[in-house]
Amino acid sequence: MRLRINLLRLAVIVAAVLLVELLVRVGTISRVMLIPPSEMVLALFRLLASGRMTRDIALTLRNVGIALTFAIVLGFAGGVAVHALPRLRSILDPLFASYYAVPIFVFYPLFIVISGMGSLPLIIMGFLSAVIAMVINTLNGLDRVPAVFRKTGRVLQMGRFETVCLIILPAAAAHIFTGLKLAVAYAFIGVIAAEFILSGGGIGYEISFTYFAFDNNTMYALILLILVLVTAINMGLYAWERRVQTRVGRR
Amino acid sequence: MDQHVVLKNVSRIYPGGPGRRPVQALAPLDLDLQKGEFFAVVGPSGCGKSTLLEVIAGLAPVSEGTVTFEGMPVEGRVPTGVGVVFQEDASFPWLTVEDNIAFGLRRASMDKREVSQRVEHAVAFMGLKAFARAYPAQLSGGMRQRVCIARTLVLQPRLILLDEPFGALDQQTRLLMGDELLRLWRATKATVLLITHALDEAAMLADRVGVMSSRPGRFIDIVATGWPRDRDSLIVARPEFGQITGHLWSLLREESIKALQGDR
Repeated sequence: MRLRINLLRLAVIVAAVLLVELLVRVGTISRVMLIPPSEMVLALFRLLASGRMTRDIALTLRNVGIALTFAIVLGFAGGVAVHALPRLRSILDPLFASYYAVPIFVFYPLFIVISGMGSLPLIIMGFLSAVIAMVINTLNGLDRVPAVFRKTGRVLQMGRFETVCLIILPAAAAHIFTGLKLAVAYAFIGVIAAEFILSGGGIGYEISFTYFAFDNNTMYALILLILVLVTAINMGLYAWERRVQTRVGRR
Repeated sequence: MDQHVVLKNVSRIYPGGPGRRPVQALAPLDLDLQKGEFFAVVGPSGCGKSTLLEVIAGLAPVSEGTVTFEGMPVEGRVPTGVGVVFQEDASFPWLTVEDNIAFGLRRASMDKREVSQRVEHAVAFMGLKAFARAYPAQLSGGMRQRVCIARTLVLQPRLILLDEPFGALDQQTRLLMGDELLRLWRATKATVLLITHALDEAAMLADRVGVMSSRPGRFIDIVATGWPRDRDSLIVARPEFGQITGHLWSLLREESIKALQGDR
């Protein structure tokens, strides 16, 4: 059943890509706007093989990595702390609810003043984009652990640490992993979008540069690279999630 | 028979918060559970039945009085040898049926062979053999409750506390689950305390039925059913069954009206 669903999903994606390929090749979509997906793939291979963008790709990945690590660690710790402190929660709840309604990019002049033009403002943008998704999903996960699970832990004479490791975290894991996946996406968005306006290097800067230089091949190759990276990371997280759940079950 | 669980002058008051008055859930009450007996508790909604179970299990503190299990006071933690099955589904959704049942045993650092033997026996005993590797989401409500009962059973508790375990099941399934419960009670020789709102369930399963008043809960009567130990759900066809159920209702009717008026 699962294999059938996966094959169906893959078929939908392949059909959509083939349709775009056809529409561009027959001229319904102008090549000035979009290049055929097959040429994007080819351009990406050439770009990676040439090594022309290696420094930019490494820079973006490093910045995303740092922003993501801080967002996951502090977001998880923040979610646990806010869950444990109802008074703090009543103060912060409105902030969480409205956080993503405020475009944090409007603060970029402030970040430049505070942290200069290097990687730091990019990392801050990535961190701020990702951290609240992690906090909110950790909170959601902990909120949804049924009270009867905690009581079961007490009946089985489990200590607090053991209850957290063997019952609370596995019970909240689905939401925590959702937070992780969102944090990955938001960290990429934050860093790459900030590179558009704040940076002299990185994938975001190169996309912006090639756009203004009418270099469609390189621009779409870089966009494809981001898609592939984020999809690969999310699939990796999904596989890890399944493995962690199974391992906890067999402990 | 020996006294297994003794409650003396036990009351429980839930402290009030800002703008809320304290609530007395249990009036001072006494209760003796004999070793190996099946005791059921019935009472109107909100009379403190579940509080009584939590107090006996050590999940909630008493405000006054003492609870002892096998002669030792129950204070703030669940004593060894006590198993609890809750009304809510407590099966862990990330574990298979087998792993759910083995959960408590693996924690106890038990020998792997002993764990698998006990789990295998419990799976077979509770009729879950075909679903041993299934996840709770793939099971019906009744089967998930059987998983929870099996998880309690494998730990071989000497006192089993059941808080309306069949509350969410249909009547036929409840009768059949009642048969299974009687079978496991006979096999384990454990003392069983069953909290239920269903008078027929209490009358069918228990040796004695404690009838509680509306809040604050106290025992207004304890009715002995007089059933033989070797019994099953077919006793519902006996004339005495109707008499016992009728008697329980006559005791409870006024208290239930009081509870209903209190809710309005």
